[in-house]
Amino acid sequence: MRRTVFPHKLLPWLLLAPQLAITLIFFYWPAAQAFRQSVLREDPFGLNSAFVGLANFRKVLADPAYLNALQVTVIFSILVAFSALAIALFLAVQAEKIIRGKGFYRTLMIWPYAVAPAIAGMLWLFMFNPSFGTLAWPLRQLGISWNPLLDGSDAMTLVVAAATWKQISYNFLFFVAGLQAIPRSLLEAAAIDGASRRHAFWTVVFPLLAPTTFFLLVVNTVYALFDTFGIIHAVTGGGPGRATETLVYKVYNDGFVNLIIGDSAAQSVILMVIVIALTAFQFRFIERRVHYG
Amino acid sequence: MAARGLSRTLAHFWMILGVIIVAFPIYYVFIASTHSVQTILRPPLPLLPGPEAAQNYGDAFSGGIGRIGGVSLWRLLGNTTLIALGIALGKIAISMASAYAIVFFRFPFRMACFWLIFITLMLPVEVRIQPTYKVMVDLGLIDTYAGLILPLIASATATLLFRQFFMTIPDELLEAARVDGAGPWRFFKDILWPLSLTNVAAIFVIQFIYGWTQYLWPLLVTNSNEMNTIVIALKKMISFADADTPWNLVMVTSVLAILPPILVVVLMQRWFVKGLVETEK
Amino acid sequence: MARIELQDVRKSYAGQEVIHGVSIDIANGEFVVIVGPSGCGKSTLLRMVAGLEEITSGTIRIAERVVNDLEPRARNIAMVFQNYALYPHMTVRDNMAYGLKIAGMSRADIDSRVARAAEMLELEPYLDRKPRALSGGQRQRVAMGRALVREPAAFLLDEPLSNLDAKLRVQMRLQIKDLHQRTGQTTLYVTHDQVEAMTLADRLIVMEKGVAQQIATPYEVYTTPANEFVAGFIGSPAMNIFDVHCEGRELTVPGGHRVAVDACPAQGSIRLGLRPEDIETVPAGQDAFPVLLQSVEWLGADAFGYCVIENSDTPLTLRMPGNAPAARGDRLLISISRSQLHFFSNEDGRRLS
Repeated sequence: MRRTVFPHKLLPWLLLAPQLAITLIFFYWPAAQAFRQSVLREDPFGLNSAFVGLANFRKVLADPAYLNALQVTVIFSILVAFSALAIALFLAVQAEKIIRGKGFYRTLMIWPYAVAPAIAGMLWLFMFNPSFGTLAWPLRQLGISWNPLLDGSDAMTLVVAAATWKQISYNFLFFVAGLQAIPRSLLEAAAIDGASRRHAFWTVVFPLLAPTTFFLLVVNTVYALFDTFGIIHAVTGGGPGRATETLVYKVYNDGFVNLIIGDSAAQSVILMVIVIALTAFQFRFIERRVHYG
Repeated sequence: MAARGLSRTLAHFWMILGVIIVAFPIYYVFIASTHSVQTILRPPLPLLPGPEAAQNYGDAFSGGIGRIGGVSLWRLLGNTTLIALGIALGKIAISMASAYAIVFFRFPFRMACFWLIFITLMLPVEVRIQPTYKVMVDLGLIDTYAGLILPLIASATATLLFRQFFMTIPDELLEAARVDGAGPWRFFKDILWPLSLTNVAAIFVIQFIYGWTQYLWPLLVTNSNEMNTIVIALKKMISFADADTPWNLVMVTSVLAILPPILVVVLMQRWFVKGLVETEK
Repeated sequence: MARIELQDVRKSYAGQEVIHGVSIDIANGEFVVIVGPSGCGKSTLLRMVAGLEEITSGTIRIAERVVNDLEPRARNIAMVFQNYALYPHMTVRDNMAYGLKIAGMSRADIDSRVARAAEMLELEPYLDRKPRALSGGQRQRVAMGRALVREPAAFLLDEPLSNLDAKLRVQMRLQIKDLHQRTGQTTLYVTHDQVEAMTLADRLIVMEKGVAQQIATPYEVYTTPANEFVAGFIGSPAMNIFDVHCEGRELTVPGGHRVAVDACPAQGSIRLGLRPEDIETVPAGQDAFPVLLQSVEWLGADAFGYCVIENSDTPLTLRMPGNAPAARGDRLLISISRSQLHFFSNEDGRRLS
């Protein structure tokens, strides 16, 4: 790939310096520290630290609270990812059928992207607050017991709803773009071949959307794992009774609230491995979509 | 492919339903901010704005929030705006510089530097909170704007996007500029920058929202109420067990916490969509 | 305006030499065309003169100054690119003025130069448009205008007409020639199109595989090509070249036919070149050999017959007048007694006569 360049040798380093410096100080150094701390155990006064190999990891993986967090995270991620994807895809397909008003709908659909996850959680809590929530009121009228502050699965439902709500607009945008990229000629050919709209969707459109769908699946999973800290912290604080404590939340809780450094570091490393695996998967699989114009 | 008749009407129906679900929580909070505490506390909330708008907003701005949160609404908005702008502009500046260096120059370890930056995509702040916090303490950056902004401006997404875009600039354009006598700075200023404006706008929108909606990071590195963002302050204001919480003011704060980014997204919608869809490729 | 001198200029990529020792002295005001097939190194050579590629060894002088290590802007050259390379966000006027602005010229001087170039290239109505509002030909003229205003020591053009349609190419060719006559600019021009090369050049550099096969005027290249490659490259349709056997003053052409010639430059197996427009058909004759016509391309004023020499599978192309009645399957008799015969060595293709 022939590329003409400037001949300067020092200038590029100067241009890269800020980003490299910040990356080194705020990424690599702390990440290395996390690895280091994960194999140490510090005494309560922080004066001595002993190398304990994988002991922290074993302790963490054996801890029922950690396994609970793992389970919570898995359930949470699956629910959020699939709900957000399914609803967004459905709406994107409906949007494609419309000629007028597409821009109007799109404008209205993208609001939630601008809302902080924490605030999203708070908004849903306002609406579903057992004592004054406008939407909790009809539930009480119908006799359905609803108390996210006391009941674990109610709390889970609330945070899943809030997290899904926020993610729908992001997915919607991508699905709309993905649908628009499908050549019309393919759909016309399918119509001529006699396929009904529904049939054409599942046999032509959906397979062609696969790269977008896979990509969004990974993004949604990463979102569910990490960006939802705000929702959980703001709405349930991980409770009631750890019912909504995800892995990320536990790292925060153990590391900052309870100050169990080694444990928290080990959990961080485990999370890091999961992210790296997901991102590597995403880039390996999606790589062929990358093209330079 | 557009549908006919019934199918199209149904599509509109679903879209409207979708929009209602998506927009409702925001609408709700806006309505709530225009009613009195008593109205809010007695469900169901009316569907139309109430008479207390001027009262609530006036109260909030003139110290009402200060009473509950310990810091004035102006200060909160100011903090959050500063942080969001700082992150957005800071990121654009250093990412463009890095991408420029990687694409338009040749030097040893060039690709190594790129990978070094690229790998940070895999390390969201949530997986390194403890040690990063320690670095902040060691550098004395707790409770400072620098501490709130700097660690968040180095991620690779913007660099990737700019690199991708720069690579679409035809070689010949650069050659013509060199023949015309332009050095690296002139080429950037006169040619690359004007051509990059759309991408810059797109990144600006996304990073502004990213900065505005930060939660975990400000939570960790600020102790003083004075340095809170409006999002954090909002959380602190909510304690459901407290019967005296002025919910109307809380609603006002909520509206103000979500309004600026929504405005930015809606007004810069075209660039925002383009930036989103192209960043992730 | 200045001289350009290349002395044994070479270029290597990763140990592999791609330009093998090119030398030429271009006089002040001369129009030199580098012509050759794709990949022959002509663009690379031009870019070395421009300063966009590094020179591995050899010397390049522009206006008596060695420019090997100089940046393009320090060499006082201007370049026109194949894809025009216009700055898309600037108007035509600003595109042309950009180089002058960087050089620190006064506003008044810039304006007058731009006005002059715009007048010469008929760009006045477009000065305030952006490139995307222009057609291909107009963009090409803007690219030339941008180079013209610099009033450089040398004008470098890299296949400027390849992206234009055929009719426009002819027009622009004439305009380039006209411009050269008016400005008297020393010009180095790269193309793969031998028609452009022949019509524009004072001298040609015919290149193939990084070697300058021949450096000469169009006339010399046409009448006395230095080797088989040049002979086959210049002229359209290409020269017919085939093996013949020479004994004394008699040639044996493929198919066993004997033809008498004035002289044979060498004995034994050599190669003979004949230009299609240089072959006569005769009704009968002893020094004529037969060919079979396989297809005819009729172009109006001329026709080209694609034949095969009888009793062989050697093809032969010949030009016939447009009103010749020859048709597919006809047997024609070819006489070469009045043709210019080009002889080439069997071993290395170099010219023998």
